[in-house]
Amino acid sequence: MKLPGIADVAQTERTSKSTGLHSAPPVKMAIRNASKSYDTRSGAVHALADVSLDVREGEFLCILGPSGCGKTTLLWSMAGLHALSSGSITLGNQQITRPNPEIAMIFQDANLLPWRNLAKNIELPFELKRKPPDRERIAKLLDRVGLAGFENKFPRELSGGMQQRASIVRSLSVDPSVLLMDEPFGALDAFTRDEMNLLIQEIWMETKKTIAFVTHSISEAIFLADRVAVMSARPGRIAEIYDIDIPRPRSIDIQTEPDFIKRVLDIKSRIEHGRGARVAIT
Amino acid sequence: MDKVLGDKIPEFNKKQGGGGNVGLSGASFSLGDHRSKFEILVIILVAVVIIGGTELALLVMKVPQYVLPRPSLIVTALFTEWNFLWPHILITLYELLVGFTIGASIGFVLAAVITQFPFVEKIVTPYILLLVTTPMLALVPLLILRFGFGSEPRIIAVALASGPMVMINSATGFRRVDLAKIALARSFGASTLQIFTKIRIPMAMPMIIVGLMVGSIFGLLTTIGAEMVGGAEGLGNRLTYYSALIRMPQFFAIILILAVMGISIYVFFFWLGKKWASWEA
Repeated sequence: MKLPGIADVAQTERTSKSTGLHSAPPVKMAIRNASKSYDTRSGAVHALADVSLDVREGEFLCILGPSGCGKTTLLWSMAGLHALSSGSITLGNQQITRPNPEIAMIFQDANLLPWRNLAKNIELPFELKRKPPDRERIAKLLDRVGLAGFENKFPRELSGGMQQRASIVRSLSVDPSVLLMDEPFGALDAFTRDEMNLLIQEIWMETKKTIAFVTHSISEAIFLADRVAVMSARPGRIAEIYDIDIPRPRSIDIQTEPDFIKRVLDIKSRIEHGRGARVAIT
Repeated sequence: MDKVLGDKIPEFNKKQGGGGNVGLSGASFSLGDHRSKFEILVIILVAVVIIGGTELALLVMKVPQYVLPRPSLIVTALFTEWNFLWPHILITLYELLVGFTIGASIGFVLAAVITQFPFVEKIVTPYILLLVTTPMLALVPLLILRFGFGSEPRIIAVALASGPMVMINSATGFRRVDLAKIALARSFGASTLQIFTKIRIPMAMPMIIVGLMVGSIFGLLTTIGAEMVGGAEGLGNRLTYYSALIRMPQFFAIILILAVMGISIYVFFFWLGKKWASWEA
């Protein structure tokens, strides 16, 4: 079943790529020299230092790094929730300084409101924009992620995986063109996580949304991404970008293949090398 | 094997009641649970035994009426005196309702505003604590001097007693900020007002309801106390009146009415909590 609201432009973009025309898709979001420091009592903390990164139209970009490397700060800035200290983030020709209806965020631990049932949780974005909810679209999405019939359940009655599915539906219900995902599956067990990774891959292939996905799991990043941007910590900067040209749809089994493992080790050594360098300096 | 856990299926998502939180779950010992027919039967049986036993004991031991009237006399007095008591019940309810509404509204608004400004909160909180801990009954003679023997001094005293209770509990609720939930609303374009009504208020609701419950019980205490201090109307005034005349069945009939009022307040807010704040318990 296909999801409503498929962008035809992105569709053609992707076909032209797969037929071997090596023109990269146009840039969807551009991050230029983004820096961010927080003032704390013990002095300023540099969360981001001069980060420049393009998110291409319709791509699945994973931002990978150890905890505290500023990847969440970067994502929240892209969502317009954080102001940068310097530099800029643009969507098309719009400067992102506040939340934009084209961009939807998916948070850690689903972030459902415990006092609302599933249906009311999903209708929240419509309520905030004072628009009638698109019930048909929501019903289709709920059916797609296997949550049909759970509309009257409260978050505490749902498993972690189901909660995160609901939060994905909540974000897709307003049909954004960019999805920002902040370690969405970090709190799930390994099996549920595999399941969710497959689901998000399917959803991405059906909808052609542009996705920026933050994670600290190397294998999750390689499994999902077209490109993996590896960040180094303190101050956070982009250390390396890896192209992942594994054909899709990818199955969970590919994670045991030698090529996959080689990629994991490559990135792992890159991250550890970065850390080693930092230790040597300090 | 652990006695508490026994053979229960482990569930870690659900927050268990108790655990030292000052929420509704602490005050809600058994009202909400479904009871079996057997339990209801036992409860009724115990009540019959206690009331009947008292009746019998007082009768057998020939306890004089002015020491402790028999339950049957109290109930009889309740019916025979009802027409005299009814206007006083209305006056007490009026004073309680008006005073509590004024106090609770001010307390709620103050809590909502003050928690947005940590500096102001630090300055104001000690004074609110002072209002909570000082018995407002002590002010009633002074208020009577200024406002006379009508309902006004009592309404003011009730507002002063219940308002700070509502405020201090609501403020605790409003202080529970969940940044992720606020960020969520912001990411969907919520305004500051929307964040307040859709996120902050629902989040504070369990504590607000606890505040309203405690505040209204404090209000009832203060109403009765203030009526006992001065004036010529209200149930509190009737208590002093009947005790002065040593008409104990009538005196206890009023106590019965007050008990029903208190229980009704509790049940009402318990029901409100079930409705609006059950997600937390």
